[in-house]
Amino acid sequence: MSAAAAALGVLRRDLLLALRRKSDALAPVFFFVIVASLFPLGIGPEPELLRRIGPGVLWVGALLATMLALARLFAADYEYGTLEQLALSPEPFVLLAAAKVAAHWLVSGLPLIVAAPVLALQYGLPADTIAVLVASLLLGTPVLSLVGAIGAALTLGVRGGGLLVALIVLPLYVPALVFGAGAVDANLAGTGAVAHLSLLGACLVIAGFFAPWAIMAALRIALE
Amino acid sequence: MANWYRFSSPQTFYPLAGKMVPWFAGAAAILTLVGLYIGFFVAPTDAQQGESYRIIFIHVPASWMSMFIYLVMAGWAAIGLGFNTRLSHMMASALAPTGALFAFLSLWTGALWGKPTWGTYWVWDARLTSELVLLFLYIGYMALHAAIDDTRRADKACAVLALVGVVNIPIIYFSVQWWNTLHQGASVSVTRAPSMAAVMFAGMIVMVFAFWAYSIAVALARVRAIILERERHAAWVHDLQGAAA
Repeated sequence: MSAAAAALGVLRRDLLLALRRKSDALAPVFFFVIVASLFPLGIGPEPELLRRIGPGVLWVGALLATMLALARLFAADYEYGTLEQLALSPEPFVLLAAAKVAAHWLVSGLPLIVAAPVLALQYGLPADTIAVLVASLLLGTPVLSLVGAIGAALTLGVRGGGLLVALIVLPLYVPALVFGAGAVDANLAGTGAVAHLSLLGACLVIAGFFAPWAIMAALRIALE
Repeated sequence: MANWYRFSSPQTFYPLAGKMVPWFAGAAAILTLVGLYIGFFVAPTDAQQGESYRIIFIHVPASWMSMFIYLVMAGWAAIGLGFNTRLSHMMASALAPTGALFAFLSLWTGALWGKPTWGTYWVWDARLTSELVLLFLYIGYMALHAAIDDTRRADKACAVLALVGVVNIPIIYFSVQWWNTLHQGASVSVTRAPSMAAVMFAGMIVMVFAFWAYSIAVALARVRAIILERERHAAWVHDLQGAAA
């Protein structure tokens, strides 16, 4: 079996597991929707104000939803020993770990992007701004998954893991949030989102290259 | 050439650190007294900011140290991961609380300076925000170390975290800087008037060295405590206690 086939196998298996446990997979989306709906209740329904804070609220909501989903990324495989088998396999572990992160993003990141336009309508964002929001989430949520996976791997099996992941990962999320929400804001302000989206794309390239190695190192430490 | 690798063992490093601590602590005390004397009595009152500018004698060295200590910590973490030396990990975890202290001190003194000068304790300026994120990184590092009971795993996991953090720091810094400039135009700038009286600069540099000496002294004292705690089952620690008793 080639390395690519092994990675694809891991990806397919994780997607299948997610399909069998739909409620687990859908929880982050519902969390996202609920958080986004709470903000207007908390600060009032003025359309002008909502349009102003919409990009930031939606981005922070997506970020928190991604973070909450991290707890499940490696936990079950760690408990059952599947992770150990993956680490022992002759195929490169870094590819298998990356495949797991990709599956995690497809299950918990992609639905957020599908839900985001509907929520953006609730905040009164115009159509072209919604397109930028979707583009920024498409570039940004993989960054969140990749960086978050490092935190998830570091805290595997550690007591108080969920809260600890937040403590570790949230400061590292700052660039993605700044460029992501900034892109939507810039479009709203009429200054053009290309610069922000390019920087977000650069973040994705850097994270895509380096994060799998850090994830692999962290997983190996956890499995020792 | 002296065999420096000898000191990579906790057993040989423990007495060496013990000899170094008083020297650095003494240097820190003397330099702090000199620096504060220059800061309070020699340096003139600033034409624009009045007396409140004197916070820079604490604030600027603390900010520099908070950033520099993170780099040193990541350096020890890299050495620890690369060469699998226990002492490097111990040094990294001994540095973290001092770095967090300086990050907090820098934010706190900055807030105290900001109130009379800018009229507000806090602005979402790029430097303030990135310093805050740096404090969070230190807290995350210490929390992760405290949460893992197996010290070897805690060391390695924290080393990975420190290295991930050090790659992120420049990205965070620039993202926050661009966020601020792209977001709300020119607000308050932290960059002071370009020229600084020589005596002010001298006071600040003395304080920088004082904080260096303090950081080294405290880190060495802390690493001694960590060595004792982790090697408490080793024979040489028992001999040490026997000699002391």
